[in-house]
Amino acid sequence: MFPSRFDYKSPTSLEEAISLLSAHEDAKVLAGGQSLIPMMKLRFAAPAMLVDINNIPGLDQHGAQSDGSYRIGALVRHADLEKSKTLGDHQPTIAAAAPLVADPIVRTRGTFVGSVCHADPQGDWASCMVALDGSIVAQGPNGRRTIAVDEFVAGPFQTVLAADEIAVEAIIPPASGTRKGGYLKLERRVGDFATAGVALSLEMSGSTVAKAGIGLTGVGSATISATEAAAALVGSSLDDATVDAAAEAAAAATSPRSDHRGSADYKRHIVATFVRRLLAQHQPAEAKVA
Amino acid sequence: MTLFEEVPVTTTDEIPVRRVEMRVNGETRAANIEPRLLLAHLLRNGLQLTGTHTGCDTTNCGACTVLFDGQPVKSCTVFAVQADGHDITTVEGLATASELHPIQEGFKDEHGLQCGFCTPGMMLSAKALLDENPNPTEDDVRWALSGNLCRCTGYQNIVKAVLWAAEKLRHDAPADAPADDGGEA
Ligand SMILES: Cc1cc2nc3c(=O)[nH]c(=O)nc-3n(C[C@H](O)[C@H](O)[C@H](O)COP(=O)(O)OP(=O)(O)OC[C@H]3O[C@@H](n4cnc5c(N)ncnc54)[C@H](O)[C@@H]3O)c2cc1C
Ligand code: FES
Ligand code: FES
Repeated sequence: MFPSRFDYKSPTSLEEAISLLSAHEDAKVLAGGQSLIPMMKLRFAAPAMLVDINNIPGLDQHGAQSDGSYRIGALVRHADLEKSKTLGDHQPTIAAAAPLVADPIVRTRGTFVGSVCHADPQGDWASCMVALDGSIVAQGPNGRRTIAVDEFVAGPFQTVLAADEIAVEAIIPPASGTRKGGYLKLERRVGDFATAGVALSLEMSGSTVAKAGIGLTGVGSATISATEAAAALVGSSLDDATVDAAAEAAAAATSPRSDHRGSADYKRHIVATFVRRLLAQHQPAEAKVA
Repeated sequence: MTLFEEVPVTTTDEIPVRRVEMRVNGETRAANIEPRLLLAHLLRNGLQLTGTHTGCDTTNCGACTVLFDGQPVKSCTVFAVQADGHDITTVEGLATASELHPIQEGFKDEHGLQCGFCTPGMMLSAKALLDENPNPTEDDVRWALSGNLCRCTGYQNIVKAVLWAAEKLRHDAPADAPADDGGEA
């Protein structure tokens, strides 16, 4: 399969890339290409111009900042996150999800930020961003703006980015307390999108939950923020009754479709089970006995 | 002028062409290409390196896997123009004129292939693994190859072949060679 004809530029600075996007109608950013190139081959996308950002230096870094936030540059690949030795200490939710995105070969090219920009309701990273209250920093001709993920994603495969804006990094805000969390995904085989996935973020003050976030993958027409389930956790020490209430609330927040990956009931059941499993990892010993 | 006069065809659509230069299996190769040419097609049709197979052409099977600066990529899902200035290794780059690569020997010895269609991609994913981790467990091998599909073997012998190659490579490596850290930044 061949994509339809397009012109190609590979700028070496963000400013140059942005002016190319401004100057050309129907131009698109090419990051890892692991969603865009398959779509172009199927001719679901036919941009007239690709602005390849892979040669722009400085976008391939991720790490904790002095203010406690965590930044992920636009060229950080899924595999960079998977292989990082330090990510898990700062961002357990992202570290748990990284090995579960796509397959090992796709992970060497595909990017975290590109995935959020692609805004696929089945995408694993959007759920992590929702659970962690993340934002995207966009740069355009008039400078930078920071957009919270729930505002950033405007619908399936749609974002609020202007045609001449580039998402330069994702930011996870600092935790108020000790950060805990995880990601569980049910997939039929490696490389499949989630039958159901749950991203959990906890910020603990001692054994009490100070803040919580839960993002759900593949169980609705968009990434779901299970706000009631997360609210049920706050102030608790993750006793069994609270865990049950959160699991039920998360399942109730879904609107899954029955399809080749499973029935709606099955997916709802998986969401409740995953919430219980993720929380069980962080229950204090005495709560489990109670 | 009569009622009819034929005029030369003109087109306003200019075909974009880029000159690219890359190292393929250690040799510098240059070509003029359209940006929409995929790396798999440059290798197979342009450079006649037909060891790289295209199985699904939809980014699912891994048969087209080559190494891009040492990392496995699906060459049906990278534009050839993106390889400009980079290092590409295909299955043709594994053996030397007189000797098979230990990974190839492993596939031969352990019967790691039947029809052979998936084999070049499998071997390149295996090479990327062994370059980074010379002493993998069986689970490491299965994990590293999980993006490469095989319709014939049931994978058992492929895993054995890679473990065989790992051992051979460790045995062949001089004892005092510094351990490769896999290029971690
Ligand atoms: C076989 C296969 C299995 C997969 N499985 C999964 C899975 O299980 N879970 C999952 O979450 N994903 C999965 N994916 C998708 C994969 O994670 C992609 O890497 C990701 O969706 C897109 O990231 P990319 O860097 O490849 O972006 P591209 O393909 O380069 O771009 C995608 C879109 O985002 C835009 N874009 C990208 N970066 C920017 C930027 N910095 N600024 C502005 N716009 C930008 C592009 O213009 C394009 O519209 C799979 C893909 C394949 C091929
Ligand atoms: S041919 Fe490229 S992944 Fe199947
Ligand atoms: S040997 Fe036939 S597909 Fe793997």
